[in-house]
Amino acid sequence: MTGRVEGKVAFITGAARGQGRAHAVRLASEGADIIAVDLCDSIDSVPYALASEADLGETVRQVEGLGRKIIASQTDVRDHSALDAAVSYGVEAFGRLDIAVANAGILSAASTEDLPEQSWQDMIDVNLTGVYHAARAAIPHIRAGGVGGSIVLTSSALGIRAMPNMAHYVAAKSGVIGLMRVLALELAADKIRVNTVNPSIADTLMVQNEAVHKLFVPHIDSPTREQAAEVFATLNPMPTPWVDAEDVSNAVLFLVSDEARFVTGLEFKIDAGFCLA
Amino acid sequence: MGRVENKVAFITGAARGQGRGHALRLAAEGADIIALDMCKQLPSARYDLATSEDLVETRKAVEASGRRVIALEADVRDEQQLAEAFRAGVAEIGPVDIVIANAGVALFAVDQPHEAWQDTIDINLTGVFNTLETVVPSMIERGAGGAIVMTSSTAGLRGILGPSRGSLAYVASKHGLVGLMRSYANNLAAHSIRVNTVHPTGVETPMIVTPSIDAFLDASPELVAHVTNALPVGLVSVDDVTNAVLYLVSEDGRYVTGTTLTVDAGFANKN
Repeated sequence: MTGRVEGKVAFITGAARGQGRAHAVRLASEGADIIAVDLCDSIDSVPYALASEADLGETVRQVEGLGRKIIASQTDVRDHSALDAAVSYGVEAFGRLDIAVANAGILSAASTEDLPEQSWQDMIDVNLTGVYHAARAAIPHIRAGGVGGSIVLTSSALGIRAMPNMAHYVAAKSGVIGLMRVLALELAADKIRVNTVNPSIADTLMVQNEAVHKLFVPHIDSPTREQAAEVFATLNPMPTPWVDAEDVSNAVLFLVSDEARFVTGLEFKIDAGFCLA
Repeated sequence: MGRVENKVAFITGAARGQGRGHALRLAAEGADIIALDMCKQLPSARYDLATSEDLVETRKAVEASGRRVIALEADVRDEQQLAEAFRAGVAEIGPVDIVIANAGVALFAVDQPHEAWQDTIDINLTGVFNTLETVVPSMIERGAGGAIVMTSSTAGLRGILGPSRGSLAYVASKHGLVGLMRSYANNLAAHSIRVNTVHPTGVETPMIVTPSIDAFLDASPELVAHVTNALPVGLVSVDDVTNAVLYLVSEDGRYVTGTTLTVDAGFANKN
């Protein structure tokens, strides 16, 4: 059976684990080859461990296990020229680019008054400017194919709704929506579609870590995953504490496949009703 | 294994156009179908509405795909007819997992029939409300969750189509669906029943590709001069809308509720 993105090539940032890995694996399972990048290093203002080189290796193993090809590199989305080079290298090897998923992102939290300058700057640099860099790197290659394509920018339910202690995150994720809207207009004539995905809390290590658990369960010293789940569940009208990375991947797959050939400029919520509440 | 294997879908406006497209595709993906349509002409309509023959054709096409189907003539404005059709459908096909509240009319025409306002509101808005009120209690009682899609429009997001009675009614009814969708989505989330709208731009169906709509648009050049899709396409196809509906009602969309899914070639973002 032909895959839903058979023969296409997808560029994915933040692909070492979490949503990025899930997208790589899902698109590969539907016939795509993958150009994967991840920082695989720490950022001082981020209060949990970021993905490692070994994580990126695991993504490579899983994609290859599906019989698809993958070129992975440790590349920082904040470094525009390095990102350009990573995409160009992958496109040279695979011969085309159809899809970009600008997914790399970080999370930290503090009240706006207490937010360290570096936390603000790192957040904007990775979650907004990094998304811009990823789109910039991909656009010329997708356009050169002459058959259109699809770009998905990872925003958040917090790009649509606000939450205390998240000014930098909400600003970056809202900014991603604005960027998407402009790109959708600019690239429509070339049949390149641009949309955001807007998940509520997803079950990944960006959320499932002590720092974030403590933020949501402040009255307990070391809250467990189960204790955090009880609080997360109150955020969603549907009876679930979170969505899985694979739920976001299913939306990404729809958006980048030809099934959505006339879907562009859309904020695509995968949020268990979070934005309704 | 289909993407909606062994689910039962209740679809209004299923005789032709988008409704038929949804019925056939969901059947191809493993669903059994309860197909409703009014199959009557409306005095305020300046185009031919679907006929009994159209509904029979939908039924035969679903049968040919190997799934079970019942086709019933019922008017979404009539709660009694809906209740009877629902009872007959469930008795024949089984309990409903999926609702596609799709029946709708476009009564904007050059001669501006006076009844266009009320008829449009009755069918496009109240008809969807009636449909959900008919089916939803059984979905809650069964406790197996479910997915509901209402067919809205780019006219549910933007004040397009000009000042005619039918235009205003169309825009108001399709905007109204968004409010209805958000309320049902909130109210039904705890039951894992998801509710979303789809918002197509112009779709290649007999409701749009018809001389009266051509004449209406010819007489209102300001409506089409600048108000165009972003992607280089005029009308999208039924399949494009069906793909979005299929995503929403399948397990792929299991946490997607309260969303306005545009299939609009970038129209809403542009205009």
